Amino acid sequence: MKKNKKTLSPRQLYLRKIKLDKSKILIIQIAVLVAFVGLWELSTAVGWVDSFFVSSPSRIVRTFADLWKQDIMKHIGITLLECVLGFLISTVVGVIVAILLWWSETFRRVAEPYLVVLNALPKIALGPVIIIWAGANMNAIIMMTFLICIIVTVMSVLNGFMSCDKGKIFLLESMGATKFQILTKLILPYSVPNFISVLKINVGLSWVGTIMGEYLVSGAGLGYLIIYGGQVFKLDLVMASTVILCLLAALMYFSVCLCEKLIARKRRTSK
Amino acid sequence: MDMLSIKNVSLCYQTPEGETDALKNVSLDVKQGEFVSLVGPSGCGKTTILSLTAGLIRPTEGQIFVDGKRVDGKTGCDVGYMLQRDQLFEWRTIRDNVMLGLEIQKKKTAENVEYAENLLIKYGLKDFFKHYPGELSGGMRQRVALIRTLAFRPKILLLDEPFSALDFQTRLSVCDDVYAIIRQEKKTAVLVTHDISEAVSMSDRVVVLSPRPASVKNIFTIDINAPTPLKRREDPGFSVWFDKIWTEVCV
Ligand SMILES: Nc1ncnc2c1ncn2[C@@H]1O[C@H](COP(=O)(O)OP(=O)(O)OP(=O)(O)O)[C@@H](O)[C@H]1O
Ligand SMILES: [Mg+2]
Repeated sequence: MKKNKKTLSPRQLYLRKIKLDKSKILIIQIAVLVAFVGLWELSTAVGWVDSFFVSSPSRIVRTFADLWKQDIMKHIGITLLECVLGFLISTVVGVIVAILLWWSETFRRVAEPYLVVLNALPKIALGPVIIIWAGANMNAIIMMTFLICIIVTVMSVLNGFMSCDKGKIFLLESMGATKFQILTKLILPYSVPNFISVLKINVGLSWVGTIMGEYLVSGAGLGYLIIYGGQVFKLDLVMASTVILCLLAALMYFSVCLCEKLIARKRRTSK
Repeated sequence: MDMLSIKNVSLCYQTPEGETDALKNVSLDVKQGEFVSLVGPSGCGKTTILSLTAGLIRPTEGQIFVDGKRVDGKTGCDVGYMLQRDQLFEWRTIRDNVMLGLEIQKKKTAENVEYAENLLIKYGLKDFFKHYPGELSGGMRQRVALIRTLAFRPKILLLDEPFSALDFQTRLSVCDDVYAIIRQEKKTAVLVTHDISEAVSMSDRVVVLSPRPASVKNIFTIDINAPTPLKRREDPGFSVWFDKIWTEVCV
C-alpha cells in the first residue's frame, strides 16, 4: 500500500483526495440521518418521550404500510398534480409577463409599484377571496400556488433580462437587429442560467402554495392528511405525510437539476 | 469617392440633468480603403462620432453619408461596429458567433457562410470552430470579434478602442493581426483610440479632436512607409509624428 502511494503522480494523489473527500461527506451525511432516526426510535422505545406526541420511525413505517394498502396514491397524485400544475402555469405566465415588461418601458414603469406591493403582500391573506372566486376545490389550491409563485417569477426573470450587458444590445442594434431579434438572439439565451435558478426557487414556493391551499380547502391530498391527522391527534399520519412530502419535493428539485444538466451539456456555458 | 462623409455635424445629448454638447460642427471625409484614427482627450465625443455613423443616434445638426447614402436611423449592413469589449456571446460557439450578423440581417446564404468560415480559417482560427469564447485568449477573442464584424461585409469598419482591454504585449501583436486583416480585406476603417502610438502605427491619417464639445482640431497625414504597425513603430519617422500629435492633443 505504502509503496503504491509513492508511485502515484501529484495529479493522481489530488484526484484521489477529491474522491476521498466526496465519500467522506456522503458517509457523514448518511451517518447524521441514521443517528437522527436511531435516536428518535430509541428515545420513544425507552420512553424518554411519548411516541403519541412525536410519533416514531417504526410507527411511521407502519403507517406507511397501512396507507399503502388504502388510498395514499390518490392523495399523492392529487397533491403532485396541484403542485406541478401551479408550478408550470406560474412559470409560463411569469415568463410571458416578464417578456412584455421587458418589451415596453411604459408598461414596466407603470407596473413597478404594483409588483412591489403584491410581492410584499402575504398571499395567504387572499385565501377567502380565492375560495369565493375559484370555489372550494382543486382550482383554489392551484390558484394559491400560482399567486405565490407568479410575482417572484416575474420579478426575478425580469431582473435577469435587465441585467444583460448594454454593450451586447448595442452590438446587435448596430447590426440592424429588431427588438424581437434582440429578444430571441440575446436576452432569452443569455437568461437561461437565471431562469433555471428561478425554477429552483419556484419548486420550493409551489410546494408552500399547494400545502397552504390544501390547509384552506381540500378533501384529499397530503396537506389534507396532515391537517386531518393533526385534528384527530394522529401524529403518525402527520409525520408519514410530511416524510412523503419531503421525498416529493426532493424529487421535483432534482428533476429541475437534471434539466439544468441536460441544458448545460447542450450549451456548455463557459465562465 | 468618399466612403464616409461627415458634414457639419453637431450633437447635443438631452438628459434629465441637462444638456451635454458632445460634438460641435464636426466635418470629416474618409476615402475608400483608408485607415483613419480619431484621437482626443477622454470624454470629448469620439464614441459619439462612431455611434452617429452607425445610425444608433441621430445628429442634432448636419448630415452623415456612408458610401453616398444618408445615414438615417439604423444602417445595419453598411457599417460594422466593433466595440471596446469583444462582446462575444458565451453560449455560442466561435463559428456561431461569427454568423451573428448574417443571422440578424437574414443573409445566411451558403455563400456568405462559406465566406465567414474562410475568414476564420484564413486568420488562424480553423481549429476553434466548435470552441466557446471562454476557451480563447483575449487576443484571439478580439480577432473573432473582428471577423464577426467582417462576416456581413460592411463597407466601413468602426473600431472603438478595440485593444484597450488587452495587455501591452498582446496589444502589439493583435494590432498587427487586425491591421493585416483590414488591409487584406481592403476595408475602410475608422479607429478610435486613446493611444497616440497606436494611432500613428496603424493609420493613413490621424484626426485630432478638441476637448468636448469635439470639433476637428487638426488632421495629420502619416507618411511612414512600413508594412506593419510593429515595423512602423521602429521607423525613425514614428517618434516625430508621435511628438507632433501628442503636442496637438495636449495643447
Ligand atoms: N447617452 C448619453 N447621454 C448623455 N450624455 C452622454 C451620453 N453618451 C455620452 N455622453 C456624454 O457625451 C460626452 C462624449 O461622450 P463620448 O462617449 O462620445 O466620449 P469619448 O470621447 O468616447 O470618451 P472616452 O474617451 O471616455 O471613451 C461625454 O461627456 C459623455 O458624458
Ligand atoms: Mg468612448
